[in-house]
Amino acid sequence: MTEQIRQIIADHGRLSVDASELAPDADLYHAGMTSHASVNVMLALEDHFDVEFPDRMLKRSVFESIAAIEAALNELRAETPVS
Amino acid sequence: MSVSVDRDQAFLDAVTRVADEFAAPNADAVDREARFPVEAIDALREERALSAFVPTELGGGGVSFEAIATGCFELGRRCGASAMVFAMHQIKAISVARHLDGAPWFEDYLRDLADEQRLIASVTSEIGTGGDMGRSVAAVTATETGACTFEKQAPTVSYGEHADDLLVTLRRAPDAEPSDQVMVVVRGEQRSLEQVSSWDPLGMRGTCSPGFVVRAEFAPEQVLPTPFPRVMSETMVPVTHILWSHLWLGIATDAFDRARAFVRAAAKQKPGETPPAALRLSHLMSELSLLRAEVGSALGEFVEICDEPGRERLSEMATALRFNNLKIAASEQAPKVCQGALAVCGIMGFKNDTPFSVGRHLRDTMSASLMIANERIHHTNASLLLIAKDV
Repeated sequence: MTEQIRQIIADHGRLSVDASELAPDADLYHAGMTSHASVNVMLALEDHFDVEFPDRMLKRSVFESIAAIEAALNELRAETPVS
Repeated sequence: MSVSVDRDQAFLDAVTRVADEFAAPNADAVDREARFPVEAIDALREERALSAFVPTELGGGGVSFEAIATGCFELGRRCGASAMVFAMHQIKAISVARHLDGAPWFEDYLRDLADEQRLIASVTSEIGTGGDMGRSVAAVTATETGACTFEKQAPTVSYGEHADDLLVTLRRAPDAEPSDQVMVVVRGEQRSLEQVSSWDPLGMRGTCSPGFVVRAEFAPEQVLPTPFPRVMSETMVPVTHILWSHLWLGIATDAFDRARAFVRAAAKQKPGETPPAALRLSHLMSELSLLRAEVGSALGEFVEICDEPGRERLSEMATALRFNNLKIAASEQAPKVCQGALAVCGIMGFKNDTPFSVGRHLRDTMSASLMIANERIHHTNASLLLIAKDV
């Protein structure tokens, strides 16, 4: 999952650094991701992982690093009832 | 009655008295001469109103945020520029008080602010950022002696020359990204201001907001440890929009009061007849009540989540959208009410020297949609709406 998140960030995050060299806990905003770019990352994550981030997760801290995004996605998947 | 309710009432009594006795009688001169409202601000210092929000343990007034907002409204009813200076100062003081996180330099600073009633201005806008407060060009730059410096090209610094201290947003370091910002407070003796543009605007003339090149040398402890994006979402953005909209409501309310006085005077001249302007006044009342409802509900929603538990909600996009909407709605509705008051008062409202003059009110509120331009906010909202769910 980490590599898929990393690829989405590379495609949509408009970072000023190479996403493939980012540490999992590196601050994406410090790496140049703007608020506007972060929305595009969120949309791409929702699309790729087929989830919807609820409003309580739509905040800066949830999307500030690859590790934080992965934790949020895992939390969402754990909440989804298995049909 | 609780202690805090007593404190709030004493603060509001004092601010209302300053508004009536110092802001109102000088409002026309402040506007005409585009000069700083020195009488009102000095009187607010006398009442220790500049440290009203600072916690009592640091020597401040310990007044509630609701009372500060009401104070902005009361000042706005008498002089828009005085209210704007007071509101802007409170935004900085509240941002420091809510985010200092035990930092000793900032605790000492708030003690000095309370002791000496120091006025803070801010240097947030910058040439080269396209009006985006969330980006900076100028950076905290370390010197060989261990001090820090910066040089910032600011297109507007409200009452910069009249303030004791400056709150400045900067990039964390010369190699940091534009959005990697910190907040710095520099004291008067640490900064220099080189004025680079004039100040002869349509309204809010007493805020004295020309452009400056701002330079300062300061200690590393003067960089607030909390990152600026957090200060912005949890405090500066919602507090700015709430305090500004309260003073715009105050200006619009005074314009409405003048229109009502005009209609009453007309009614007294012809007893038994309802003057034609009375109908327009009724329409105007519904416009004013819309503004009042939006401003009041936004204050209530902020107060509900501004402290723990719940403070985390201030970081959510839905909350950002809520307070962005307040700004857009209030900044458009306030001049609309003032223009309606002009329609009620007619030529008596258009003239600048009658008891029913509303030209200053109209001009002052026309600044509202430009201060953090509404189109920029719509741009942000459009982006957030792509992903936010319940708005």
